[in-house]
Amino acid sequence: MTGMQRFGANLRALPVRVKESVVRTGRPTTDRSRSSFVFGNVFLHLHAVRAHLWTFRWRTTWGLGIMALSAFLVTLGTGILLMFYYKPYPEAAYWSIKDIHFVVPTGRLIRNIHRWAAQVMVLAVFLHMARVFFTASYRTPREFNWVIGMGLLAVTLGLSFTGYLLPWDQLAYWAITIGANIAQSPREITDALGVTAWFDPGGLQKFILLGSEDIGEEALIRFYLLHVMILPLALAALLGVHFWRIRKDGGLARPADADRRLGDAGRSVYPVFTDAPEKTYHLAAVVRGTSPAVGGAPERTVPSMPHLFYAEAGVFMLTLLVCVALSLVSDAPLKEHANPAVPENPAKAPWYFLGLQELVAYSAFMGGMGIPTIVLLGLTLIPFLDRETEGTGDWFGGPGGGALVARSAVFGLGAVIAVETIAIRFGWIREWWPGAPQLLITFVNPGTLLALAYALWSIWCVRRYDSTRAGALGLFTCFLCGFAVLTVVGVHFRGPNWGFYWSPASWPGH
Amino acid sequence: MTTTPAAAPRSRLEPAPIPRRDFLGLAAVWSAVVTLAFAALGALRLPRAAVVPVPSRKFRVTLPEALAPGEPFVPPGRAVAVFRDAAGVFAVSTVCTHLGCIVKRDGAGFACPCHGSTFALDGTVTKGPAPKALPWLAVAKAPGGGLVVDEAKVVPPGTKVRV
Repeated sequence: MTGMQRFGANLRALPVRVKESVVRTGRPTTDRSRSSFVFGNVFLHLHAVRAHLWTFRWRTTWGLGIMALSAFLVTLGTGILLMFYYKPYPEAAYWSIKDIHFVVPTGRLIRNIHRWAAQVMVLAVFLHMARVFFTASYRTPREFNWVIGMGLLAVTLGLSFTGYLLPWDQLAYWAITIGANIAQSPREITDALGVTAWFDPGGLQKFILLGSEDIGEEALIRFYLLHVMILPLALAALLGVHFWRIRKDGGLARPADADRRLGDAGRSVYPVFTDAPEKTYHLAAVVRGTSPAVGGAPERTVPSMPHLFYAEAGVFMLTLLVCVALSLVSDAPLKEHANPAVPENPAKAPWYFLGLQELVAYSAFMGGMGIPTIVLLGLTLIPFLDRETEGTGDWFGGPGGGALVARSAVFGLGAVIAVETIAIRFGWIREWWPGAPQLLITFVNPGTLLALAYALWSIWCVRRYDSTRAGALGLFTCFLCGFAVLTVVGVHFRGPNWGFYWSPASWPGH
Repeated sequence: MTTTPAAAPRSRLEPAPIPRRDFLGLAAVWSAVVTLAFAALGALRLPRAAVVPVPSRKFRVTLPEALAPGEPFVPPGRAVAVFRDAAGVFAVSTVCTHLGCIVKRDGAGFACPCHGSTFALDGTVTKGPAPKALPWLAVAKAPGGGLVVDEAKVVPPGTKVRV
């Protein structure tokens, strides 16, 4: 063959060779080639090659984790598109959002989808956390993945917070003001102790956020950088670890007797070893457990490809559908241009922060930093404080079970409603005793009393059921109830000057 | 390579001499660690620029002739309420000491729209989460008439300036 002939032959073989160099395992038609395909692909191999049938039951996960991921991917795509037109400068930011809404073709829809996907993401993250907790899926060896999940929750809320600041409208400006002053709120303590002059962590935190004494271009560019670069990178890194560890921890948590309980119902298990073996193994290296399962699948598993991928793609499409449908019927809000002289009345945060705003309305430091830190820390420690094994993989599994959860819900709702009723009906310490020292109000307020009541309830559960899981169930249920009620109060029952109103219709006119 | 005879077991109090290579390696590692630590310490200064531009906190204000004694006058676009009574003029900040919203005249005093703190007209807290009273700000007579309010300068409550 001459050089030119070889060149011609190579040219003709080009499409096939390129394809083979990209996908080295050939067309994935058999279970083995599908496994090789998943195993050899850098993105797909975050999945295990096979997934247990328990994974595929709707009520195992309700698809919530994948829903949160899907919403994140949607915000990522739409967010990059929005960056083409958004200008992070106080004089330009608001008008660039107006342009995106009214001038940029499809800009309005893209911004709406971005906003709705962010809402779906926050909701899905909360529900996913509740699912993992109530099915006791945080247990050994999955403790650290629960901790990673707490990091993901914090980053998700950070992304939401920094995101709604960017339009530089009234909501944005006053949210930055309140957020930066919450960062400064340790001064509530240092002022009361009289040490602020030489020890001022609050002032330092506020300055690092704002980059200046005032809210202006430095603050906007810092929040922009956090929103489009630092937090998404942090989220992506944590997500990678989160998914990788699911695989390394042996897939989703399931009851020890999951195989037996699945019975013959559901999908039939694919035969695994239908091809002639290509390699020989030491039997001990392949099989875990006490007896080798010759001739059958190691467990009731099916190949991830295509079963798991179909399930995931289904959840993704559902999430996308929800985001787009909501975006078509409801526009993302944009208030008036930021006005540093006149706050909105009432100035309300997005729904997922309104529970915190309700607590902040009793004490800036405890509501904005103290209680959130305690809650986040308490949630993070759950898998290390509950080391039991009973009920893993079952909804409301563990001693007490659903009855305990129902009781705790009654207690949790009762406590939060009682505390709120007292505070709304009779006021709080300052109104009874105008000269009360600030430290008293900081440490004795509806938020801290509620946290204390929930902690005591949890201890009672531990003693009553002689089980740490029961304590965790009680505490988490109370936390959810408190969060829900405070959020509803903040969303629906608070009006001008953060006063209590039975409905927004009864707000006084201006 | 030199061979060393099997040494007698040493007590914890007289450890084996550290080999030269190990010593150099450890010295290199710790030098790098110390260098990085100091570099990181230096980088901690990054978030705070050496010069922070801040708009002037002083502004001129002329009280309306018709201002009733003890009634606040809020210059447009400012977060300060200026009062005039028999004892003189004084200025009270209208930035809520809780989380920085701007309080508004409401009822017998000021009310904060964000979290429901209320203040008397002299700045003392009457209700809500605000940890401190609204600060009084320095007022001075401006050359050529009118007043100058300095938002950056807090004065003790009760400080009034005769005009």
